[in-house]
Amino acid sequence: MKKLLTATLVVGMFAGFTLPAAQATPSKDLTEFRDYFKKRFPKTPYNDYINGVYSIDAASREQWEEIEEFPPYELNISKGETLFNTPFANGKGYADCFPNGGIGIAERYPFFDDASGKVITLESAVNACRQSNGEEPLGWQKGAIADISAYMHYTSRGNTINIQVPEDNAAAVAAYERGKNHFYAKRGQLNMACADCHVYYSGNKIRADLLSPALGHVTHFPVYRSKWGGMGTLHRRYGGCNKQVRAKPYKPQSDEYRTLEYFHTYMSNGLESNGPGARK
Amino acid sequence: MRHTAMNFFKAMFSLAALLGALATMSFPAAAADGASMIEQGKAVAYDRKKGNCLACHAMDDGTLPGNIGPPLIAMKARFPDKAKLRAQIWDATVANPNSIMIPFGRVKALSEEEIDMIVEYIYTL
Ligand code: HEC
Ligand code: HEC
Repeated sequence: MKKLLTATLVVGMFAGFTLPAAQATPSKDLTEFRDYFKKRFPKTPYNDYINGVYSIDAASREQWEEIEEFPPYELNISKGETLFNTPFANGKGYADCFPNGGIGIAERYPFFDDASGKVITLESAVNACRQSNGEEPLGWQKGAIADISAYMHYTSRGNTINIQVPEDNAAAVAAYERGKNHFYAKRGQLNMACADCHVYYSGNKIRADLLSPALGHVTHFPVYRSKWGGMGTLHRRYGGCNKQVRAKPYKPQSDEYRTLEYFHTYMSNGLESNGPGARK
Repeated sequence: MRHTAMNFFKAMFSLAALLGALATMSFPAAAADGASMIEQGKAVAYDRKKGNCLACHAMDDGTLPGNIGPPLIAMKARFPDKAKLRAQIWDATVANPNSIMIPFGRVKALSEEEIDMIVEYIYTL
C-alpha cells in the first residue's frame, strides 16, 4: 500500500510535467492525502488532526492537555499583542497593513501573490509591513516575530483554513509543486523525505518519539517548544527537521520554505486554525 | 523495569557465553579480535551519531527502540548469506527504492570497516 502510494505520487509528479491536465492536481492531492490518513488512523476524527501527534496518541495526550490548561505561550501572546499595538515611528501600525486590522485573518496565510510572483507567509507580511513603514525587519525564527504571529494566530482560533491554489494560475500551481517536491523528495546525507517520517511512518516510533501525521501539522503554529525554551515559527521547525537528516537547512522565508509552507498548509485545508500550540 | 532486568540477564548471559567460548579457543588472540570486533560493532550500531539503528529497530538490550523497521533478531536465519546482510546495511534502497532506512555505505554515514563490525555484531543476534 505504502509502495503503491509512493509510486503513484512519484509517477504523478513526473508525468505532471508532460501531461498537466490529466495528472495530479492540488485538489486531487488533497483528497488522496486525507484519505490516506483516514485509512491509517481510522479512529482519529478528522478535526482532531489539528492536535498533531496527540491526535493519535492517547498516552501523551493527557499530559499535553494538562500543559494546555496553563499554556506556556500565554505570555508570548500578550507580548505579541503589545508589539502589535505599538505604533511605528511614523505613527502607523500593523493594523494598517492587514485586512480587518490584522484580527482573525492569520489562517488566510500563506497565499500566492500574483504581483510579486511569490508566496506570502504571515511572517513575511509582518516584516514587509515594518519595512514599508521605515522600520527594520525582525529576525525570522523566534522572538518578536514569533510573538506577533502567536497573537495574530490566537485571534484566528476556530477559523477554517482554506488556502487557494487556483488551478488555472500556472505560477501558483508551480509554487505549490515546488513545495510538494520538497515534501516528498529524499534529502540530506541520511536520505529521508518529510513524507517518510510524517506520512508513511506517521504513528511509528523513531527511537522514543512518535511521528506526527502531516495532516494538521501547520494549524497550531507558531509553537512554544520546551526544547526551544520559547516560541518558534514554522520555518524554524522546518530547519530543525532538515538538520535531523543532515541536510543543510534553507534560510527562513526562502522560496524553498515558503513554497513548502504553501503545499503543507493547503494539505490542512478544512481544518481549524488553533495556534499557537505547545510541544515538547 | 522487568525489561531492563531481563536485558541485563541476557547481556550477562551472552557475556558468560562469550567468555566460555574464549576459554575453549585454541587461538585466544584471534578470538579476542573477533570478540572486540563484535563489541565495537555494537558500540557503532548503538551510537546515535553513527548507526543509531535503535532509532528504527528493536535489537538486543537496546532501550527505547523505535518500531519503524523489523526487530533485528535471528539474523543468521534470515540472512544465511552474510554478504546480503552487509548489502542491506550498505544500501537498503537497492532492495526497496523508497526505503526510509539510511543507505549507510552509499552516503558514507558509516565507513566500510564500521559496516563490517556491525555485520559481525548483528549476525550474533
Ligand atoms: C527523521 C524523521 C523526520 C523527518 C525526515 C522529518 N521530520 Fe518533522 N518531525 C520529526 C519528529 C521526531 C518530530 C517531533 C514529533 C512530532 O510531532 O512528529 C517532528 C515534528 C515536525 C513538526 C511539528 C509538528 C507539531 O505538531 O508541532 C513539523 C511541522 C514537521 N516535523 C515538519 C517536517 C517537514 C516539513 C519535514 C521535511 C522538510 C520533516 N518534518 C522531516 C521527525 C522528522
Ligand atoms: C530510519 C529508519 C532506519 C534506520 C536508522 C535503520 N533501519 Fe534497518 N530497516 C528499516 C526499515 C523500514 C526496514 C524494512 C525494509 C525496508 O523498508 O527497507 C529495515 C530493514 C533492515 C534489515 C532487514 C531486516 C529483514 O529481516 O529483512 C536489516 C538487517 C537492517 N534494517 C539493519 C539495520 C542496521 C544494522 C541499522 C543501523 C546501522 C539500521 N538497520 C538502521 C529502517 C531503518
